[in-house]
Amino acid sequence: MNTNIKYILIAEDDPRDLQLTMAALDEYNLVNKISVVSDGEETLDYLYCRGKFKTRPPGNPVAVLLDLKMPKVTGIEVLKIIKADNNLKTIPIIVLTSSREDPDLIECYKSGVNAYVVKPVDFDEFMGAIKQLGLFWMAVNEPPPQMAPEKTSIQSGVFISAGKK
Amino acid sequence: MNTTKMRQILIAEDDPRDEALTLSALEEYNLANKVAVVRDGEEALDYLYCRGKFKTRATGNPVAVLLDLKMPKVNGLQVLRTVKADENLKIIPIVVLTSSREEPDLNECYKLGVNAYVVKPVDFTQFMKAVKQLGIFWAAVNEPLPQAANEKTLVSSG
Repeated sequence: MNTNIKYILIAEDDPRDLQLTMAALDEYNLVNKISVVSDGEETLDYLYCRGKFKTRPPGNPVAVLLDLKMPKVTGIEVLKIIKADNNLKTIPIIVLTSSREDPDLIECYKSGVNAYVVKPVDFDEFMGAIKQLGLFWMAVNEPPPQMAPEKTSIQSGVFISAGKK
Repeated sequence: MNTTKMRQILIAEDDPRDEALTLSALEEYNLANKVAVVRDGEEALDYLYCRGKFKTRATGNPVAVLLDLKMPKVNGLQVLRTVKADENLKIIPIVVLTSSREEPDLNECYKLGVNAYVVKPVDFTQFMKAVKQLGIFWAAVNEPLPQAANEKTLVSSG
């Protein structure tokens, strides 16, 4: 079952932060596979297997690293939508943001975020934090069981029977 | 990563051996200035609600609760359900730490809003390693809700 391949989804619009995050995860061989989206709308399209992600391989990421300040749909809006959706709410969401503002922290925790990590400004600390984040969520945490694949297949158009289109 | 903050962790664990191992892994890496231990679900709730024998405990929420599932009186799932349904307490990170890898337990915990789920490795070294990683992430990397936002809890505990 290909849904056994552990992968994470990174939702990050800043190319520099994205590069650093991927480099840190790569360095410690923490992730077999990373998918990347660069705004809130893409994040939702990815998780809902729609739009340009309609035919992506089925299966949820074992974690989503979610930036808050993103264009189109903000991180907090994405978080709220995902955690309100019965099919998607079990996906671990880790906010990864430069904001340590109380309102953001409160809003995220009240919306059911799994974890909240403030991006250190210092390079070494940043790499260290991503390493620990990666180690915990990829190697220690037990992800939620995957949904039955039929739903996803139908959404991706594979099982649409003759006449339905 | 601010390690000078007073970060308390609550461990809810009824097995003395697992409790000892967990404490020792956390202590070895200086991961928590303060660790509180409760032995069953009823005590876990009393602690978080600052009631019963914990009425006069130092105020403030733990930065994480390490929650065993199989506990007497009130089991881990019930504790999780109660805490995540409570407007004041649901913001506390709950990390289930259990020997169960059963799908029903995983499903139920995630549906109830557990923050993380860790299966206790049987092997001693792996166990210590897992608790170390867990400890580092939740006590040093994760940003918990600021204490000021917990003023509500203080008021309700009288």
